[in-house]
This record gives sequence, structure tokens and C-alpha cells, in this order.
Amino acid sequence: MATEVGPTPVKAPASGGAPIHHGPKGVGEDNKILSQGKWASWLLAPTIIALAVVIVYPIISAIVMSFQKDAGLDPATGLFTAGGPAGVQNYVNWLAQQCSAPAGGTVACPPGTLGAQFWSATATTFFFTVVTVTFETVLGFWMAMIMARTFKGRSMVRAAVLVPWAIPTAVTAKLWFFIFAFEGIANKLFNTSILWTGSEWPAKWAVVIADVWKTTPFMALLILAGLQMIPAEVYEAAKVDGASAWQRFRLITLPLVKPALMVAILFRTLDALRMFDLPYILTGGANNTTTLSILVINQIRQGFNAAAALSTITFIIIFLVAFIFVRFLGANVVEQSGATGKGKK
Amino acid sequence: MTAATSSATSLRAEQDRGRRKAQNSEKWAQGRTYISAAVILIWCLAPAYWMVVTAFREVGFTYDTSILPSHVTLDNFNTAFDTSFGNRFGQALLNSVFIGGVVTLVSLIIGVFAAYALARLNFRFKYMVLGFILGASMFPGVALITPLFQLFTNIGWMGSYQALIIPNISFVLPLTVYTMTSFFREMPWELEESARVDGCTQGQAFRKVIMPLAAPAIFTTAILAFISSWNEFLIASQLSSDATQPVTVAIANFAGAQPNQVPYTAIMAAGTIVTIPLVILVLVFQRKIVAGLTAGAVK
Repeated sequence: MATEVGPTPVKAPASGGAPIHHGPKGVGEDNKILSQGKWASWLLAPTIIALAVVIVYPIISAIVMSFQKDAGLDPATGLFTAGGPAGVQNYVNWLAQQCSAPAGGTVACPPGTLGAQFWSATATTFFFTVVTVTFETVLGFWMAMIMARTFKGRSMVRAAVLVPWAIPTAVTAKLWFFIFAFEGIANKLFNTSILWTGSEWPAKWAVVIADVWKTTPFMALLILAGLQMIPAEVYEAAKVDGASAWQRFRLITLPLVKPALMVAILFRTLDALRMFDLPYILTGGANNTTTLSILVINQIRQGFNAAAALSTITFIIIFLVAFIFVRFLGANVVEQSGATGKGKK
Repeated sequence: MTAATSSATSLRAEQDRGRRKAQNSEKWAQGRTYISAAVILIWCLAPAYWMVVTAFREVGFTYDTSILPSHVTLDNFNTAFDTSFGNRFGQALLNSVFIGGVVTLVSLIIGVFAAYALARLNFRFKYMVLGFILGASMFPGVALITPLFQLFTNIGWMGSYQALIIPNISFVLPLTVYTMTSFFREMPWELEESARVDGCTQGQAFRKVIMPLAAPAIFTTAILAFISSWNEFLIASQLSSDATQPVTVAIANFAGAQPNQVPYTAIMAAGTIVTIPLVILVLVFQRKIVAGLTAGAVK
């Protein structure tokens, strides 16, 4: 035991001196990690406990609730139903869009009730996610490329993009509600007379436009930060070798900015999947702009347990999307953020 | 001899032409950059500008289309604070400041220790903890709201401040830890080591050397935390009461004199009041905030 001497003085293990850790590292190194581990657990404890209370406990309780029947008057039938264990009935009801029938058993939910909206809400949520994230990525990339150039007034542009980001979503929603009002500036500017929040596609596009306006800056800043990591010499060398602008973009910019880009897309995708404020205030979820989050909120007052099942489904969907991103598309968030800490001792 | 001279002149001419061409294309590229920059500026600022301009317009000219301020009045700001239609905008402002302040303070106090550990110490499960905190920051709010709604109903917390503050911490704390961890990684930790060589304990070195140096990072994180809490709507829209609602909820539910008429100018005035402090804060601390926002996404 005494033959291996680490960089720090060897402390005798507390309990009887039994050599617990035998590894390639010296004993001292090992002790150091142990004592750092103790320190770390004390320092991390408040955060972990706080998150356990405000996140882990509600999740578990939501999962428990989701397997219970809702007591009270069934909104679809008007009959009183008792609580009690429900098995997976709540989940089946959502996925199959079933409601309990007056005579017992289940029937398809009548159109217009919350139960009949699961798949349309899912489709709407994914539509918003795919469309907004696509626009935000393309626009954000373009903005970042512009902001990465040197020109007079660059800092003004960089400051300006922070303005939409700083405006609270609730205010953004009201602002665009006003812009898209029938007599509002959007219709006047394009000389149209569209009832923007009055029918399905205008309403959807209103939400998309407002969301793209609000969140593209965030995307642009993340991508810009990635662009700035690329050393200028790489471009110089490529230029000398005769690479065209398009080649430089495709062969240097894209691959080198990819890690930052993937993280930005992942953040935005997960954010878009839980979209709530904007459609809730802008369109009230009318005309097929109800997202899964809005559906959960509308369900809460009609039955906790069914709402808990729906929120669990939403959670699982978001988790799966995150998993696919990290596993198959290489958005390595933890490595990205944890990599530097390791080099220093 | 002459052939060599003429080839030299033609070479020079070609070089000149090439240079001029390069200069021209550079000018052209520069011009395009300015046009693009102008487009970005207009796209980002025009809607926000429209809100401010409308906020200063007389109600009768709500839909006025002149780009410059016209029919200027301050009435809308009075209307925004007017409580006779059931709006409690002034109270909501105070609520938001209070909730945001408490959430920010608690998150910072708890989070600074975790960030220090994650940035500085080596321990097992470090990546698991980082992953857990990151996962928490992307967590959908609706997954929390149902059980909290029931829990707070049962224990009579509905509409109380703590019912708004506690869930908010779950959103803000991960963000705080995450941002501060990346800030802490870039600090000159050699100073801590020299302090320890000079006989400080790790705790003392942290308090006396690192904390003063970390102050700007902590301040930036505080701004980000406050903004995130200030913008929160989902939890507040369900768990707050008329007395405790924050500004986001107050603005979303803003009512006018007539039920069928949306009081646009007053809403824009309220929106302006809510937004201007944030925008000023963000513009003043622009560099730091961008660093904080993008921290972690790139090393």
C-alpha cells in the first residue's frame, strides 16, 4: 500500500486501513476524488433536494394519479362515477379517443369534447414544432452568418435581436393579436382582409409567425456562438486552396457548427413541443390550434386523473423526441457542457 | 527583353484587374451585408416598435397606420392601471417583482453551490447529475401542473404566493445551475489555488477570492433567472388568484370597458411597461447576457 504514492499526502483510510480501492490511480489520487465526492454531494444536495421536491415528486404523483378513475360527474354522460383504480383506462381513453358511455363501457367521444381532440392536438403540436423549428433554424442560421461578419453597426444588430427575446411571451401573444386584428396592421400592410384568428390555417400561421419572431433570436445567438468558435485561419486556408463560398459553407461551417446547431435545435424542439402561452393567448386554442399543453390545462378542471394521464403522455412524447435527438442525431448536450471540467483536475 | 517587359505589364494589368474585381465583389458583399442587417433590424424591432407607438395613441386612433407617433397621449397608461374594469395591473406588477425576486434569490443561493461542484470538483455521477439538471430544465410544465393543482387545492394553497413561487423554482433553478456552471469553468481558478497555498481553506478561498470574481457571472445569471420567472405564464395562469396574479396573467386577461371591444391601446401600454425595463436591462448587459444564454451550447 505504501509503495504507491500519489501527488498528495496519503491519508490512512478511516476504517481499519483496509485497502478498498485498487486501481491504476495512486492511492492519494483516489482519496482526493473521494473527498471531492463528499464535498460535491454536500454542495449538490440542496439543488437535488429542491428539484426532487418540485419535479420528481409531482411526476410520481402524476403517474400515480393517471391510474386512478376520476370521481364525480362524467362530463360526457352527466352520470356520477366513483373513483378507484382505473388501470390503464385513462391512457386507453385518450389514445382511442373514447369516453365512458352512460350504460357503462365506452363509446367514441362526441366531437367537440376534450376527449375527441387528442390526435388533432398531437398533430397540431408536431405541426407547430416542425414548422417553427425549421423556420427558426434557417432564419437563425442566416442571421448568425450576418452577425458573424464585421461591419459597422454590428453591435446594434446584435443588441436588436435581443429585443424579441426579452419581451415576455404573454406580451408577444397580445402584440401579435393586435397586429393580426381584422383592422390591424398586417391586413393593412398586405392589403388583405383575413380574419387571422377566425379560421384554421390563418390562425396556425399567426401562431407560427409570432413564435418565429420571438424565438429566432435565441437560435441565432446560439448558432453565432458556434460560428465564433471556428478559427478564421481555417477559412483563410480554404480560400487559398480555392474553395468557393458554397464549399466553404458546406465543408467548413456546417460540420464545425454542427454540435452547437444540434443543441440549439434540440432546445428549441423541446420548447416548441410544450408550447402553451402563445396559442393559448393568441387564438385561445380555437380553430385547431390546441396543443397538447392546452389540452391538459383544459382537462384539469374536468378531471385531475385524466389530465394526469394526458400530461404523462405529453411527457413521454417529449422524452422520446429528446432521446431520438441525443441518440441518433448526436446532440450531445451533457458532453458539450461537461467536457471542459474534466481537463483541469 | 521587350517580350519580358510586355509580359510584366500585362501581368500587372491583370493583377490590377483582379484587384479591382476583388474590390468590387467586396463592395458588393459589404452592400449585401448592410441590406441583410437592415432586414434583421426591421424584422426584430418593427413589431416591438408598433407596440410602443400604439401605446401612445389615442383610443380612437387604435388602427392608425402612420409609422411615426401620431395622436400622442398618455391616457392608455392611466387606463392600464385603472382598476374599475377588474384589471389589477399595478398589483400584478408588484406580484411579478415579488415572485421573481424570491425565485431568483432562492435559485441563486441554492444553485451557486451546485454550480461550483459541477465546475470544479471531480466526482462520480457528475455527468448523471448534469444530465438530470439539464433534463429538468427542459421539463414540460404541464407535467407538473396537474398534481400541483390537486395538491395545492387539497392543502388550501391555491392562489397563494408560495403556490406560484415553488413551481417556478423548478424551472429557474436548473437554468441557474447550468448557466453558472459554464461561467464558473472560465474563471481564473489558479487564484483559488494560490489562496489555498497561502493557507486558506477551500471554503475561505471560495468566499474571499472566488466570490468577488464571480460576482458579474452571478449577476448575469440573476438577470436571466429573473427574466425567466417574469415571463412565466403556464403555472401562474392556473394557480394564481386575482390578488396574486403576475403581469403575464394580468395582460392575458386584460378587460376593457365593453366586453366585445378589446382595449388594444391599453394592453399595448401595459405591455410596454412590462417590457421596457427588461429591454433596458438586456441592452445594458448585452454581452454578458449573450454569453450566459449561449453558455453550455458551446464550450
